Amino acid sequence: MSTTTAPDVDERMVATSRATKTLRRPEVGSAIAALIVFVFFSVYTSEFLSDQGVGTWLNSSSRIGIVAVAVALLMIGGEFDLSTGTMVGTSGLMVGVLTTHYGLNIFVAVVVALVAALAIGAVNGILVMKTGLPSFIVTLGTFFALQGVNVALTKAIIGQVAIQGMKLVPSYDAIQPIFGGSFTFVGASVDMSVLWFIGVIGAATWLLLRTRPGNWVFAVGGAQQSSRQVGVPVLATKVGLFMATAGAGWLVGMVTLFKSSTVNGATGVGDEFIFIICAVVGGCLLTGGFGSAIGAALGAMIYGMTQQGIVYANWDSDWLKAFLGIMLLGAVLVNNWVRKRAEVSR
Amino acid sequence: MSTDETRAGQPASGQEDVEPADARVDDSGAEDAGRSAPALPPRGTPIIEVTGIGKSYGQVIALHDVTTSVRAGEVTCVLGDNGAGKSTFIKILAGAHEHSEGKFVVDGTSRNMSSPRAALALGIATVYQDLAVVPLMPVWRNFFLGSELTRGLGPIKRLDIAAMKRITKSELAAMGIDLRDVDQPIGTLSGGERQCVAIARAVYFGARALILDEPTAALGVRQSGIVLKYIAKARDRGLGVVFITHNPHHAYPVGDRFMLLRRGRSMGDFAKSEITLDELVRMMSGGAELEALAHELQDEPESALTKSLREEVETS
Repeated sequence: MSTTTAPDVDERMVATSRATKTLRRPEVGSAIAALIVFVFFSVYTSEFLSDQGVGTWLNSSSRIGIVAVAVALLMIGGEFDLSTGTMVGTSGLMVGVLTTHYGLNIFVAVVVALVAALAIGAVNGILVMKTGLPSFIVTLGTFFALQGVNVALTKAIIGQVAIQGMKLVPSYDAIQPIFGGSFTFVGASVDMSVLWFIGVIGAATWLLLRTRPGNWVFAVGGAQQSSRQVGVPVLATKVGLFMATAGAGWLVGMVTLFKSSTVNGATGVGDEFIFIICAVVGGCLLTGGFGSAIGAALGAMIYGMTQQGIVYANWDSDWLKAFLGIMLLGAVLVNNWVRKRAEVSR
Repeated sequence: MSTDETRAGQPASGQEDVEPADARVDDSGAEDAGRSAPALPPRGTPIIEVTGIGKSYGQVIALHDVTTSVRAGEVTCVLGDNGAGKSTFIKILAGAHEHSEGKFVVDGTSRNMSSPRAALALGIATVYQDLAVVPLMPVWRNFFLGSELTRGLGPIKRLDIAAMKRITKSELAAMGIDLRDVDQPIGTLSGGERQCVAIARAVYFGARALILDEPTAALGVRQSGIVLKYIAKARDRGLGVVFITHNPHHAYPVGDRFMLLRRGRSMGDFAKSEITLDELVRMMSGGAELEALAHELQDEPESALTKSLREEVETS
């Protein structure tokens, strides 16, 4: 390599075909997997492609996907967030308690919950950046803390772990359609969360590929020290990402609350791993610096389709987790292989 | 270098001539992103002057009583072996570490630099050995990282990708690197090419004083030559260049001023007229020690062997 000069490069370079370039995109693996899952259940079960079937798996994909996309951004930025699942419960419970117990205006309560979620996200980010501890440990702490607070504080205030009487709150009907409404689209009953999901995918993709902060997300995940040296605001970028995952948790919290008119202390617990799995299946590198929002969304679609497909196929729904685990391992192996190729073969 | 890539008003043999920075701004609109540093002073004006500067980390004195200057349109070479204090000196200049003794004057004003950002704002840019690049990101994103060009306002403020790709390509072409695809991850470039991208980036973003940390250390002869050429270009453009190296043969052809470090102390600060290459080499390698070595190697090769054998016998 030492005697390489510019004119030699072209001669040694093999033309990169369009197909190879496409294969190097982070979301390709998940797109292929999603297609396989889609075709399989479409053929194997009769309900999967029905109007009702499509609506069901779209809706369930969207509730996972909103947070999965935010978690993917954070993972591209080189960090983890395990507290996203409980954040769904925390924000839902907060609105529930503030309105049903304290009689706070529901619009105000929704905004208060958003501010609180963003604040918790910011605390996560600042703790990770200032202590230098792995985000895995910091957010594992937040995860358990929130899980405990969700149940204990709710019980202490309203004497039970589930919110009741949401529908009686003034103005409930005014805000319910925004988060929990649904509409009919080509015969299928589609929830508002699907629109939010599409919006989140669009915003995240735009942010990642077309804006300065998006450039910084890739940079802080790929090489934090180098990013700092060239003047990327590393702290702000990372804290912003943690706030984004918390904000996504809040959004799904609102969707859950206004869809079912109740949440309880266990809402969202356990989902944090599913978000991470979706991001990894979607092509995000665990080490950061590589991935896509669309990939994570496809990961969420795989999850949603499999979850409903297994029901339609009359299989034991416990197979879902076994399937997810195997998908995750497969995805990590494929990602590693793709990354190695992307780094050397040009 | 193929000439069809050097568009944007570049002469066909873009290697020889580097356009002045201003010309480049014109051909693509508002591309002033990172150029907030003060303008270049006339040639020969000191940009950075350090006087008796030093740094200690607790009990360890890493650098003591170092004096030199960096002038516009000149190359100041900092020479020293491993552990001589070069890294500490760079870190002080770059703003990464604050000096604990002496005076650090930029444009006639005494400064205590608290962060690399502060140094950058004064037009002091550092190209580290690790080059501060993100391997998985495309070349053009790396080139503009931290100072991205944008278009539009408010929510539709977005990266000006076309302009960034074009500028990256033409800036690199001007350095003699013709990349077919600025979209490839920078990790796939050769060491010399990455070095040139990093230098081109610093120059493009309005560095007035450019600190290069051993840019030729990991390179072969030809690539070193390319890097030296670009150092000369940066100098001709009126920048003050600090060229850190342990190779006097790389330093002497491009240097105007030589500061030698050994064990954290300055062994002197010389203008080119005050020192010859031979003297520089001799000082670098420990003067008398080298002469003795050279004598042994040239005249009586076998005696060196005998000596070392005798030494071994004596010490055991």
